[in-house]
Amino acid sequence: MKLNHVIGLLSAAAVSVALASAAAAQDKTVKIGAIFPLSGNAASAGVHGKAAIETAVEIINSGNPALGNLPVTKNAGLKGLGGAKVEVVFADNQGSPATGQNQALRLITEEKVVALTGAYQSGITLTASAIAEKYSIPFVNGESVAANLTERGFKWFFRTTPVAGDFARIYLDFLKEMKAGGQKVDNIALVHENTEYGTSVANVITGLFKENGLPVAQDIAYSANTTDVQSQVLQLKEKKPDVVIMISYTSDAILYAKTFQALDYKPPMMIADNAGFSDPSTLKAVGKQIQGIFNRSSFAIGAAGSPTFLINEIYKKKSGGDDLDDTAARQMQGFFVLVDAIDRAGSTDPAKIQAALKATDLKPDQLIMGYKGVKFDDKGQNVLAAGLVIQLQDGENYVPVWPKQLAKTAPVFPYKGW
Amino acid sequence: MSSILVQVIVGGLLLGAVYALFSSGLTLIWGMMNIVNFAHGDFVMLGMYVAFVVWTVLGVGPFVGAPVAALVLATLGITVYFGLIRSVMKGPMLAQILGTFGLALLLRYSVFWGFGANFLTLPENLVGGTYDVFGIKLQASRLLAGIVALLVTLGLHLLLTRTSLGSKMLAVAEDATAAQLMGIRPDSMQAIAWAIAAGATGLAGALIATFFYVAPTVGETLGIVAFVTVSLGGFGSVPGALVAGLLIGVIESVSAYWIGAVYKDIVVYSLFLCFLWFRPQGLMGKM
Repeated sequence: MKLNHVIGLLSAAAVSVALASAAAAQDKTVKIGAIFPLSGNAASAGVHGKAAIETAVEIINSGNPALGNLPVTKNAGLKGLGGAKVEVVFADNQGSPATGQNQALRLITEEKVVALTGAYQSGITLTASAIAEKYSIPFVNGESVAANLTERGFKWFFRTTPVAGDFARIYLDFLKEMKAGGQKVDNIALVHENTEYGTSVANVITGLFKENGLPVAQDIAYSANTTDVQSQVLQLKEKKPDVVIMISYTSDAILYAKTFQALDYKPPMMIADNAGFSDPSTLKAVGKQIQGIFNRSSFAIGAAGSPTFLINEIYKKKSGGDDLDDTAARQMQGFFVLVDAIDRAGSTDPAKIQAALKATDLKPDQLIMGYKGVKFDDKGQNVLAAGLVIQLQDGENYVPVWPKQLAKTAPVFPYKGW
Repeated sequence: MSSILVQVIVGGLLLGAVYALFSSGLTLIWGMMNIVNFAHGDFVMLGMYVAFVVWTVLGVGPFVGAPVAALVLATLGITVYFGLIRSVMKGPMLAQILGTFGLALLLRYSVFWGFGANFLTLPENLVGGTYDVFGIKLQASRLLAGIVALLVTLGLHLLLTRTSLGSKMLAVAEDATAAQLMGIRPDSMQAIAWAIAAGATGLAGALIATFFYVAPTVGETLGIVAFVTVSLGGFGSVPGALVAGLLIGVIESVSAYWIGAVYKDIVVYSLFLCFLWFRPQGLMGKM
């Protein structure tokens, strides 16, 4: 890029941001850019993310008083901007970090958006948010979990989703409460696959549990593409842990489920860390053999008539009938947090939106996710991100069982198996 | 010996028998024509899918599924021999390797296209449940696979050593030109070898499907084990594959139990390399 191009782009950006602010106040629309993988390998996730954002836009612009304390839904449009409507410009990242970056540039300089959201894949969120940082445009992410996204010292990047440490905290709090209720949780075994995912999650859990007086007594690492897991199951059988935490991908999750039954192994409590044990094909294949297993999620559709239930009904019309899943719901939550900040800023000036984001302090009843709230630290990470514990009671569908205010039913003990 | 350790060893033996079962086809092809079939793991995968389709369509278990899988795969074996192997055998070694490797990818991605990437399973109690013998758990499906492994090994061994068809096949393997001069058609013998090898592999796949997951990529996981089993047993030796399979199964199980699951491959492969250092032809292979 030649120097005059750079200068041209920069001045265009500066002018456009200024114009956008002025225009928004007059036309009463707030333009937000959303970058998603709408083609390529992750297209399915991107299409669901788009439907989630469209659902939120419909709710915000038409108003929906039935949604309780959820911000920016009480009346049509944004109160703080005199009833201004929200308009979202979608861009396809095609699964490529370079394309995601170019799209961020286009949205900021040509579409003149006042803020950005997306971009699903952590690697693309990384490049797209770097452009937003350069142009001083707020970027709110609701779904990418790579730790380094909030370790870059960025001033314009905010993330609402929980990361590995938060998940470990969920298990800890859940176990402590179950212990208080008389469940034995002193002897804990960790069974994890040995690549980046399993190892990092296992390390975080081990560290946090130790600090809190619940040391992990047995740590079984294995390779996810193994042909056999009998020895690991027998190791568990010998040590008789009270709680087994499984961190697995799909093929190994299926092998474990089958081997548990073949060797007649049932611990009193079994927890799975999402991934393999959440895969719909695992549930279809061996769900009936792992009844009573606990798992984590940050979202539940909730009881009929609840805000999340009503939102899901609107979402289904946009998604072609699919229910709102954990990932799409996290994307929607990120978007709501962004729009709430714009509303409170009462302005489309990026600096004012940034200030409002920094001041964000949402309570659990103001969210669709099971977070303890939304409040950003200096790095832009939501420190109140949390999840809920779900249980596969019938062997087909997980139901939320903890914490109490989000539970549909009480947790059932002991682990039932088959 | 604690009862858990006995269970570990029994589990290892049953696992090893399965390794032997799906390795016999690979060693037979090598023994017959010095070709390494890189599509072997995907033949196992196809056998698993045949069993799955038989169960889905007819609602019957491996007692029908396994023979059907053997027939389907035997037909595929003959087709592959005439369509691919006969031509690449005339080419350089690299053509043989890449030829069967290409076939592996073709089969794998055809199944992806036809069945999707989802993991499938057969119902748990299709072959009876689990027997409890003095506290030791014996899974009926694995036991069946183990027994069939012994029968297949014995059958192939007798076929090669005690029948005139076997003698003809070995004659072709020894010297195709000389065999041709004796009135044996190498083409037919080699096609029969492919049919038997692929059929045995299909049979193995159908039986493994009763206690394993079924997925398009499962051949990758199993294929590697088959290569190790065959080279330890001695390329071309069917009884060698049985002994090697059992050995690997027990070593894997015991080392995973004693040292840890992530170390079992280190133990197996370092013992394997040490062994080949002293005996490069494998347990029962010829130099």
